[in-house]
Amino acid sequence: MTAVPDRAKRPGPTIVTRLMENRHLGWAALAVGLVAPFVIATPYAMNIMTSAVIFVMLAVGLNIVVGYCGLLDLGFAAFFAVGAYTSGLLATRLSWPLLATVPAVIIATALAGVIIGGPTLRLRSDYLAIVTLGFGEIVRIIANNLEVTGGPSGIYGIPGLFGAEAADPVVFYYAALVIVAVAVLLAARLGRSRLGRAWRFVREDEDAAEAMGVHTYRIKMAAYIAGAIWGGLAGVLFAAQLSAISPASFTFLQSALVLMAVVLGGMGSTPGVVIGAVVISLLPEILRDLADYRFFVFGVLLIVMMIVRPQGLWPHRSRETARTAARSGES
Amino acid sequence: MSQLIWNGLFVGSFYALVALGYTMVYGIIKLLNFAHGDLYMLGAFTGFAMLGAMGGLVRSSSLVALLVVLVLTMVTTGLGGLVIERVAYRPLRGMPRLSLLITAVGASFALEYGTRIAAGPNPRVYPVRLDGAAVDVLGARVTMQQLVLMAVSAALMVALAVFIGRTQQGRAMRAIALDPKACLLMGINVDAIIARTFFIGSAMAGAAGVMAGGYYGKIDFLMGFIIGLKAFTAAVIGGIGNVPGTMLGALVLGLLESFGTHWVGGEWRDVFAFGFLILFLTVRPTGLLGERVTERV
Repeated sequence: MTAVPDRAKRPGPTIVTRLMENRHLGWAALAVGLVAPFVIATPYAMNIMTSAVIFVMLAVGLNIVVGYCGLLDLGFAAFFAVGAYTSGLLATRLSWPLLATVPAVIIATALAGVIIGGPTLRLRSDYLAIVTLGFGEIVRIIANNLEVTGGPSGIYGIPGLFGAEAADPVVFYYAALVIVAVAVLLAARLGRSRLGRAWRFVREDEDAAEAMGVHTYRIKMAAYIAGAIWGGLAGVLFAAQLSAISPASFTFLQSALVLMAVVLGGMGSTPGVVIGAVVISLLPEILRDLADYRFFVFGVLLIVMMIVRPQGLWPHRSRETARTAARSGES
Repeated sequence: MSQLIWNGLFVGSFYALVALGYTMVYGIIKLLNFAHGDLYMLGAFTGFAMLGAMGGLVRSSSLVALLVVLVLTMVTTGLGGLVIERVAYRPLRGMPRLSLLITAVGASFALEYGTRIAAGPNPRVYPVRLDGAAVDVLGARVTMQQLVLMAVSAALMVALAVFIGRTQQGRAMRAIALDPKACLLMGINVDAIIARTFFIGSAMAGAAGVMAGGYYGKIDFLMGFIIGLKAFTAAVIGGIGNVPGTMLGALVLGLLESFGTHWVGGEWRDVFAFGFLILFLTVRPTGLLGERVTERV
C-alpha cells in the first residue's frame, strides 16, 4: 500500500500524448479560429470557414448522443432541419428577429427529441438507429410536402443573426465562432459532469448502470434531448448563414457526414470531434478532383476505422481510468 | 378496393423478399445489416449489366432471360453479402454493438458510392420491361407480370421456409440464434453458417432487385436506401428475427401503404410508413408474431 509506484516501469506519456492532453489546447484552437480571417478573408474562404464552424457545432451535438451515451443516431440532420426551419419560419412569416427565435428552436427540437426518443429509447439500441434514420426521412419529406415550409424550394430571405445591417460575412464568422466555442465548452463540461459520467456508464454497460441506480431511460433521454438542442441551434446558424434553406440540405448524407466526423475524431472526445468536423468539412475543398470517390472513401474509412482504431484519431482519455490504473498498480 | 388490396399484396411481396434477409441476419447474430438495402440495389445493377451483356438474346424471350439473369444475380449478390460479412462484420464480432452498426453504415456507403463510381450517378433504364395483358380478377386489374413476379417471390419464400425449418443447415441456423457459444461446443461451424446466412439473405435481396428493375424499369444507386428502411419496418411489424412473421409484416406494410396512399396522397406514403413504424414500436415492439426477447447480459 505504502510503496511508491515504480515510475520507471511504466513509461510516461509521450510528447504527443502530453500535447494532446494539454489544458490550453481549446484556447489555442479558438485562437487559430480567430486569426484565420486575417490570413485569408476572401468571401469564398469565409463561407467555407463559417460552414466548418457550424459543422463543428453539429458534430459536438451528435457526440453527446453517440460519443457520450453510445446511442447511434442516424437522423441527426432531422434536428438540424427542425432548428433551421423553426427559426426560418418564425423569422420570415412572423418577422421575428433571428435571435428571438432561439427559445422557440430549443423548445421545438427538445420536443422532437422527446417524440422520437420516447418510444425508442426503451428498446434495443439498434432499433433507435433505424428509427432515427426513418425520422430523418420523415422530417425531410414533411418539409418537402408542406406549403408553409415552401415545399422543395424551401424558405428564403431569412435575416442575418443581428438583422440585415450586420450582414458582413466576417462579422458573422466571428459571431458563429464565439457561439460555437461556447457550445463546445458547454458540451465538454456536460460530458464531465455528474450527468456525463452517467452517460458514459450507460454506454459502457447499461445493465450495470441500471443496477447501480442510474435511471437509464431518463439519462438516455437527457442525452438525446441535449444532442437535439445542439443540432437545432446549429440549424439556426445555418439558416442565418445561407439566408435560404431547402429540404435538399437535410438528407441522410448530411447525417452520415456528421457521424463520420464523430467517429473519425474519436467518439466521446471533444478535441477529437472538433478536429474531425473541421477535417470532414474542409477535406472536400482540398480534394475537389476526387469528388466522385469521396463518399466511397468515407464508407471504406468507417469500416477501417472501426476495425483498426475504434477509439478514433484523438481518443478520449478519462482521468478516472488513469487514477484507477495507478491505484491498482499500488496494491 | 380490391385494386388497393392487390397493389398492397404485390408491393408487400417485394418488401418480404428484402425483409427476409434482414430478419435472418438479425435473428442469428443480432446485427442490423444496413447494407442490406444496398444489396438489393446491387442486384438491380448486376441484372442490368447481365441483360446488357446478353443483348439481342433478351428481346426474343424476355421472361426466360429474366429468370436466368435472376438466378445468376442471386449468386452474385450472395457472394457480395459474403464479402461484406467477411471484411466488415466478422472482424468485429463480439465488439460493442455500436461499432458494428457504424461499420454497417460504412458498408452501405461503400456499396452505394462504389456503384456510383462504376455505373455513374444517373438512373439507368432496364433493357427488359415486362409487359403483359391485364386480367380482371374480382374487380382488380392484375397483369401477367405481376402474377409471375409474385409467384417467383412466393416460391423463394417457401423454399426459404423449408430450408430453415427442415434441413440440417436450417437447424444449425436456428441453434446459433439461440446460443452461438453452445453451438461452437456442439461442433457446429458457426462462422460458416453465419456466412451462409448472409449468402441466402443477400441472394433474396438481389432477386428482389432484379424483379424491381424488370417491373419498374428504372434503377439508380440510391434505390436501396428507402427499401432498406421499409424492409426493416416490415420486419419490425412482423417481429424481427421471425421468418413467417416478417413475411406477414411485409404484406401488412404493403397493404398499409396502399391504403395510406389512397387516403392521404402518394407524397406522404413514406411518412405514413415510418410513422407507423414508430407507432408500432411504441405499442408492440415485439411485432405481430415476435416473442418477447430478453436482452442477454
